[in-house]
Amino acid sequence: MRPAIAQIWDWLAEVPDPEIPVISLTDLGIIRDVGWQGNTLVVTVTPTYSGCPATAVINLDIENHLRAKGIDQIRLERRLSPAWTTDWISDAGREKLRAFGIAPPIDGTGADGHVLTRVGALTGSNLVVACPRCQSNDTRRVSQFGSTPCKASWVCNACLEPFDYFKCH
Amino acid sequence: MPSLPDMMTPDAEGLARQAGQGGAHAPAADADQDAFVEFLLRMGDNALILGHRNSEWCGHGPVLEEDIAMSNIALDLIGQTALWLGLAGEVEGKGRSADDLAYLRDAWDFRNLLLVERPNGDFGATLMRQFLFDAFHFLQLRALTGSADPRVAEIAQKALKEVSYHLERSAEQVIALGDGTAESHARMQAALDDQWGYAQEMFASDATDVTMAAAGIAPDPASLRKPWDDTVDAVLAQATLKRPESSFAHKGGKQGTHTEHLGYILAEMQFLQRAYPGASW
Repeated sequence: MRPAIAQIWDWLAEVPDPEIPVISLTDLGIIRDVGWQGNTLVVTVTPTYSGCPATAVINLDIENHLRAKGIDQIRLERRLSPAWTTDWISDAGREKLRAFGIAPPIDGTGADGHVLTRVGALTGSNLVVACPRCQSNDTRRVSQFGSTPCKASWVCNACLEPFDYFKCH
Repeated sequence: MPSLPDMMTPDAEGLARQAGQGGAHAPAADADQDAFVEFLLRMGDNALILGHRNSEWCGHGPVLEEDIAMSNIALDLIGQTALWLGLAGEVEGKGRSADDLAYLRDAWDFRNLLLVERPNGDFGATLMRQFLFDAFHFLQLRALTGSADPRVAEIAQKALKEVSYHLERSAEQVIALGDGTAESHARMQAALDDQWGYAQEMFASDATDVTMAAAGIAPDPASLRKPWDDTVDAVLAQATLKRPESSFAHKGGKQGTHTEHLGYILAEMQFLQRAYPGASW
């Protein structure tokens, strides 16, 4: 008995991201493919960042969850291309991030290496990140990096709350 | 061993076959294989050694946010190392994993630039080195996204997104510190003068580079000189720093002739696997 692919996607939607457990792996957009090869279920995953330490945990969580659903033969494959982008975070995922206190990524503001034209954006003058607590646009960046590779540290000037911004990638 | 993601590369043979059908720019399977492995070791070793240097800041950063940033950049670089050295082991075909290459080679087998093994110095010197390398790394990866070898192109595509962010950060910090106080300006100028000769190795092409460029696998580093100059000059101007005039290059790292500093890095980085072979957690 091979469960239907749609059923497996539903199961994968129950697996939380290990570092930001309010969103699921499917919200994050890192599950790229699910399919049967004979009696083996092949789940294709793309990493968020090359060195993200959550990657190994994510693979283990996928395997454990699917085994608990009765699937014995599972193979995980890594797919690098096309590279993961925060554009793949679902709308539902973005709302869950905001409710959790993490400002979701603002599409189209990812790093492109054009340093000089981006200094304004980098210092926060062009990039408006709304505070996930009070919704004020009066915020500033504290550091380009935060508690995980995918986040930057920001603070709200209005309510003074520090918060994570899920940086665009 | 303390490896990070250890998943299969999907259909590596298929990708390699695809690479072989690329026409004039297809990598020649045998003749250029040694050069290809050399090239991949250079990519992996630059990321590994600079990543290790950055990780030395963990717990020592001037402020918490910068400490975290250093560690995150180190993490990106170590992650890229796993991809490059993983492919190097695959192309080499002797069954060596990325971990084997990282932990069980000695100094003369490393192919990183001398610049990245330089001691960190103060925080400003670390950022200056990062900027000089990021500006090169960004251009190199951007060119590699068009590599005739699809495995190289997909790693480059992944790494480029991370390195774009590194470059923006290091450029911004060099500007902030260069155009900062008299003390920070003086330190950044001293760091630039000190590292300039080492940065020149990035553009010193050798036979491996020529072979890779002819095969369409990688750009000739000499071709990256002009766009690197443009980025560096623009940032240094904003940072009110003076570009050194000398074009002298300290060379040898890419061919395995290193400064004494690399041995100390390896002594720390490889200790566990040397003392307890195969240890894992």
